[in-house]
Amino acid sequence: MRFVDEYRSPDLILELSSQIKRAVKDRSYRLMEICGGHTHSIYRFGIHELLPENIELIHGPGCPVCVLPLGKVDEALDLVQTNDVIFTAFGDVMRVPGSKQSPFEVKARGADIRMVYSPTDALKIAIDNPDKEVVFFAIGFETTAPSTALTIKHASALGVSNFSVFCNHVTVGPPLRSIMENECFDIDGFIGPGHVSTVIGLGPYDFVADEFSRPIVVSGFEPTDILESILWLVRLIDDGKALVENQYVRAVRQEGNLAALAAMEEVFEERPSFEWRGLGYIDSSALKIRDAYSSYDAELRFNVKSISSPEPEGAICGEVLIGMKKPEDCPLLGAACTPEYPVGALMVSSEGACSAYYTYVHRLSANSRTGAN
Amino acid sequence: MDTWFSDKEILMAHGAGGKASRKLMDGLISPILSSHGSPPTLEDSFNITNSEIFITTDSFVVNPSVFPGGTLGELAVNGTLNDLSVSGARPEVLTLALIIEAGTESKELQLQLEKIASASESAGVRVVAGDTKVVEHGSGDGVFVTTTGIGTRHPKALLSSHRVRPGDKVLVSGTLGDHGVTILMARGDLDFSSEYLSSDTANLWPLVDVLVSEFGDGVRWMRDPTRGGLASTLNELAFDVKAEIGIDEAAVPVSDAVRGACEILGLDPFHIANEGKLVAVLDPKIAQDALSLVREHRLGERAALIGEIKESPLPVVVCRTQFGAHRTLDMLTGDPLPRIC
Repeated sequence: MRFVDEYRSPDLILELSSQIKRAVKDRSYRLMEICGGHTHSIYRFGIHELLPENIELIHGPGCPVCVLPLGKVDEALDLVQTNDVIFTAFGDVMRVPGSKQSPFEVKARGADIRMVYSPTDALKIAIDNPDKEVVFFAIGFETTAPSTALTIKHASALGVSNFSVFCNHVTVGPPLRSIMENECFDIDGFIGPGHVSTVIGLGPYDFVADEFSRPIVVSGFEPTDILESILWLVRLIDDGKALVENQYVRAVRQEGNLAALAAMEEVFEERPSFEWRGLGYIDSSALKIRDAYSSYDAELRFNVKSISSPEPEGAICGEVLIGMKKPEDCPLLGAACTPEYPVGALMVSSEGACSAYYTYVHRLSANSRTGAN
Repeated sequence: MDTWFSDKEILMAHGAGGKASRKLMDGLISPILSSHGSPPTLEDSFNITNSEIFITTDSFVVNPSVFPGGTLGELAVNGTLNDLSVSGARPEVLTLALIIEAGTESKELQLQLEKIASASESAGVRVVAGDTKVVEHGSGDGVFVTTTGIGTRHPKALLSSHRVRPGDKVLVSGTLGDHGVTILMARGDLDFSSEYLSSDTANLWPLVDVLVSEFGDGVRWMRDPTRGGLASTLNELAFDVKAEIGIDEAAVPVSDAVRGACEILGLDPFHIANEGKLVAVLDPKIAQDALSLVREHRLGERAALIGEIKESPLPVVVCRTQFGAHRTLDMLTGDPLPRIC
C-alpha cells in the first residue's frame, strides 16, 4: 500500500534501529512522546523493542480522549438527559465513562446519541432534522479544533439555528509547559506531535528549546518516522543542542496551516483555565466559542452547569502523564483498570498510555516474567 | 449457579463478538443453562450425543440489508452453514424464522427470501421448516432472520480444541476484514468508498470438505472468524487450550482496500468481521500440503500459514511484526470504533 509501506520497510527500520544503537553514548535518554498517536504506534509496532536499553520512552499528555475530565463527560450526559436533543460525538468518546455512566450506556437507555466522523456530519444531521436540537460534543487539540470552527462558520453562513457545539477543545502548549514546570520534571527531549503540528506549525514549541533548553523533534507516526526522530533527538542531546526540528516534513510546515489557524482565531478564544484529567487545572489551555458565535455555544444554549467530579482513588494517571511513573507501576493496571472497564484516564482511549501498554505488551511481559517466550 | 455477569444492562458491545460478548456468554447465558443440564460451555454448534448429527443456530441483523458482495439473506444461510462446516459437519437442512417489522416493504422481504432460497439451493441444502412473526413498527429494524442448521459429521473429521498441540500450524483461508469494512462503508456514514471492497460471504463447506477429506485428523480445529475478527477467535482458542498462539504479521493476508480503510479509521483488520473465511489449526506434518490444497480452491486462493501454537503458561496471542518486534493481539473490546486522530 503506497504512502504506508515505504515507512514500514523492515530493512529501513532495522537500519535506523542499529544507527540509534551505534549513536547512543553511555548515559540515559529520557524521551517523551507527547502525542497519544505516537504512544499507540510505539506499542503497536513494538518500537520500544528496537531501542537500546538506555533510551526510555515516556508517554505524554497528548491523548485528547484521556485528558477529558470526568466532569465534562458528566456535563455532556446531563445535557443529553435533561434536554430533548440529538447528541453527536466522535467514536472514541462513546466509551469514555463519566463518574457514573458512559455515552454508550446512556444511549442504551434510549438517549439519541450518535457517533459521527466529523462535525460536518453533525451539522448535516441538524439540517436533516430541523425540528430537533443537535449538539456536537467537540473535543481534541488543534488537530480537530479547525474542523469544529469551520463547521460553526458554515452553520452560521447557512443560518442553521438548531445546531450547537459543546466545546471542549484544548491546546497542546500549556500542558507541555505545565509538565516542564513540575519540580519532578526529568526529560531530556521530546518527540513532538505530528497531527497537531500540521495546524500550529513549529513556532509554538520554541519555548521548549528557548526556556527549558530541551530539543523537540516533530515526528510522523510510522515506525521509520518515530525511529528517525529518536535518532535525531539522541544526536541533539549529545551535542547539547536545544532545537525545534521537523522530521514530519511531508505534512508539517514551519508556519502551520494558516487557513485553519485563521478559522480557529475567528471562532474561538482562550478559556482562562480548564481542567485536565490527571493534570488538574491549567491556565489558558482550552478554547471557548467567541461572543460573535455564541448562539452556537451549547453551554449557553442549554445552560450547562459546571460539574467537577473527583478522580477515582488509587490510579496514578497524573504521575504517569508527567513521566514520573510508568503504566506498569500502577497497582490497578490489568486488575481493576482495563480497556473494558477503565478506571483511570490513560486506560480510556486506545491512544492512552495504559491502554496501549495493556493491549500490546502487558500480557506479553507477564509471559516473559514467568520464563516463557 | 455461578452467574458473575455484573453489567447492569445490555449494551451494543455485548453483541460485538469481543470481550463483552464473551462475558455475557460465560457469565450469564452458559451458567444459567448449564445449571439445568446444558453442557458447561455452549459452542457455536453441538454434536448430538451418540450420533453423527450436529445442530447450530444463528440470528442475523445487518444494516444495510443489501451491500457489495451480499445480502442479509445470503449471510443468514452462509453463516449457519459455516458454523456447521467448521465443526466438520456437512450441512443438510435449515429452518428459517423471520421477525418482520410492520411497514417493511414486501419487495424487500421478497428480495431477502430469494437470496435465502438461492444461497441454500447452491449449497445443496433445503429450508424445511420455519416461522414468521410480525412486530410493531419501531420494535424491530426491517427483517431479522434466524436460521437453524442440521448437519452430519464428515466421516474423517475429528475437530476439537483438545487436539491442539504446541507446534501445530495456524492457517487462514484468505484476506481478513473484507465483510466488516464493506458494511462500514455501505452504511454511507463515511465520505469515501472503494470499488475494491466487497463482502466475503460464502458457504465454506466445499473448502472444509476438500480439506478434511484429504487430511482427516491432521486438521485439528477450525472456526470462522466472524464478529470480533480473527483476534477474538484466536484469543478464545488460546484460552481454551491454555497456550500461546504466535502470529507472523507479515504472513497475514489483508487486501490493500481493507488495509487502507483501517489505516484511515484507526481500526485493526484483526478485529474486523469475516463471513467467508476459516481459520484452521493443522498438524505441522501436513500444514504445507494443506496450504497448497486450500490455495487451489476458489475459496482459498489467498490462504496463508500465519503462525503456530506454542507452549506457554499464559494464554495469549502474540503478533510478531515484520521487523521482529512483538505485540499482544487482544480480543476486541466493545465495538470497533474509529479513532479521533
